[in-house]
Amino acid sequence: MLLSLIRKEFTLELRRRSVVSGIGLYLFAIIFICYLTFSLRRGSINEATWSALFWLAILFSVINSVAKSFIGEKKGLSIYYYSVASASTVILSKIIYNTILCLLLSVVGFVLFSLFISNPVKDTPLFLLTLFLTSIGFSASLSLISAIAAKTNNSNVLMAVLSFPVLIAVLLMAIRATKNIVDGLERSTSYDELVNLLAINCILTALAYILFPYIWRS
Amino acid sequence: MKPWLKILTVVLIVYVHIGGLLIGVPRLNILNETIRNLYFHVPMWFGMTGLYTISLYYSISYLRKPTIQTDHKVVAFATSGLVFGLLGLLTGMLWAKFAWGAFWTGDPKLNGAAITTLVYLAYFVLRGSVDNQEQRGRLSAVYNIFAYAAMIPLLFILPRLSSSLHPGSGGNPGFNVYDLDSKMRLVFYPAVIGWFLVGYWVSTIRIRIMTIEEKTAELDYAKQA
Repeated sequence: MLLSLIRKEFTLELRRRSVVSGIGLYLFAIIFICYLTFSLRRGSINEATWSALFWLAILFSVINSVAKSFIGEKKGLSIYYYSVASASTVILSKIIYNTILCLLLSVVGFVLFSLFISNPVKDTPLFLLTLFLTSIGFSASLSLISAIAAKTNNSNVLMAVLSFPVLIAVLLMAIRATKNIVDGLERSTSYDELVNLLAINCILTALAYILFPYIWRS
Repeated sequence: MKPWLKILTVVLIVYVHIGGLLIGVPRLNILNETIRNLYFHVPMWFGMTGLYTISLYYSISYLRKPTIQTDHKVVAFATSGLVFGLLGLLTGMLWAKFAWGAFWTGDPKLNGAAITTLVYLAYFVLRGSVDNQEQRGRLSAVYNIFAYAAMIPLLFILPRLSSSLHPGSGGNPGFNVYDLDSKMRLVFYPAVIGWFLVGYWVSTIRIRIMTIEEKTAELDYAKQA
C-alpha cells in the first residue's frame, strides 16, 4: 500500500508537468534575482552571505512545493484514501515522497547556485548529507502542517505562519553545519550538528506519524 | 483553586515584592542592583514553561477524549503562558539594556525565546481561522503538541551549544554556580512558586469565564427556540 501510494504521488506529479516546472522556475527565479543583485558589485558574496541566500531560496521553494501536498487536493479525495488506506500509511507515503522532492529541490538549487553565483563548499559529500537530513526534517514537519492548514479558511497564509517557527530548529542546525563545511573545517566538527539534526528529525517524524490520524479523522 | 492556595499566592507575591526590593543582594560588577530582576525575569520563564506544559497535557487529553471543557483549559493555559513569555521578554530586554548595553542582542537564548513566542502566536492565528468548534479544538491541539516539541530543542538545547552572554549557556555558568547566595535563594524560590501560582490562578478564572459564556449562550439559544 505504501509503495503504491508513493508511486501514485510520482505519477500524479509527472502527469501535471506544470506544477513541477512551476516550482523549478520559482527556484530558478529566486537564484537568478540573487545573481543579478549581487553581480552589481563583484566579490560582494562571502561565505556567510552565500549560506544565507542558499537556505532562504531552499526554504521558500520547499514550503511552496510541500504546501500543496494536502492543500491542493480535491475534497472527495481524502474520503477515497480513507476507504483504501490507513492514516499512518498516507502520512508515511507523503513524508517519503516529500523528502525526495525536497532533496531534489535542494540539489538543483545547489547546482544552480554553483553555476550562477559560486560554490564555496569544500566537502561536497558532507554537504549532500546535510541536505538529505534537512530534507527529512522539512518534509516531516511541512507534511503535517500542510494537513493542518488544508482544513482552515486561509490555508496559504497559515502554511507560512505555522511552518516558520517549527522549521527554525532544523534550519539553525543546517546553517551551522553549512558554516563549518564552507569554512573548510574538518568533518568531525560538523558531527555534533548532524547528530542533532538527526535527533530533531526523529522527533518530528514520530510526532507527524502519531498526530496525523487525529487531523485525518475529520 | 483551593482558598488556601490563593492566600498563599498573595502572601508569596507580596513577600517577593517587598523582600526582593529590600533584602540585601551580593555586590557584583556591572549587575549591581539589576540583579534583583532575577526575582521577576527568571520566574516568568519558569512559569511560561510550566503553563505551556499544562496546556500540552490538556491538548493530549483533548485528543484522547474531546470535550469543550478540555479545549477551554488548553486555550486558557496557552494564553497565560504567552503573557508570561511576553513579560519575560520585556523584563529580559530591560535587564539586557542595563547589563549588556542594548535592549536586544543576537543571543541564541534571546532568539529562542522570541521564536517560542512566535510559535504560540501562530497557534492563536490557527485557532482564529477555523470556524467549526470541534475541528478547531482538534487542529490546534495537534499543533500545540507539535509546536511544544519544536520549542524544547530551541529553548533548552540550542543555546547550550554555542557561546552566549546569557547565564546558563555555552560555558557561561548559571546564577546558582557562584552568585546566587543563600539570601537570594530565600526570595528566588518563593518568587518562582508565587508567579507560577499567579499564572495558574488567572488561567482557572479564564476557564470559568469561558464556561459561563458557553452556558449563557446556550440559555439564550434555548430561550429563542
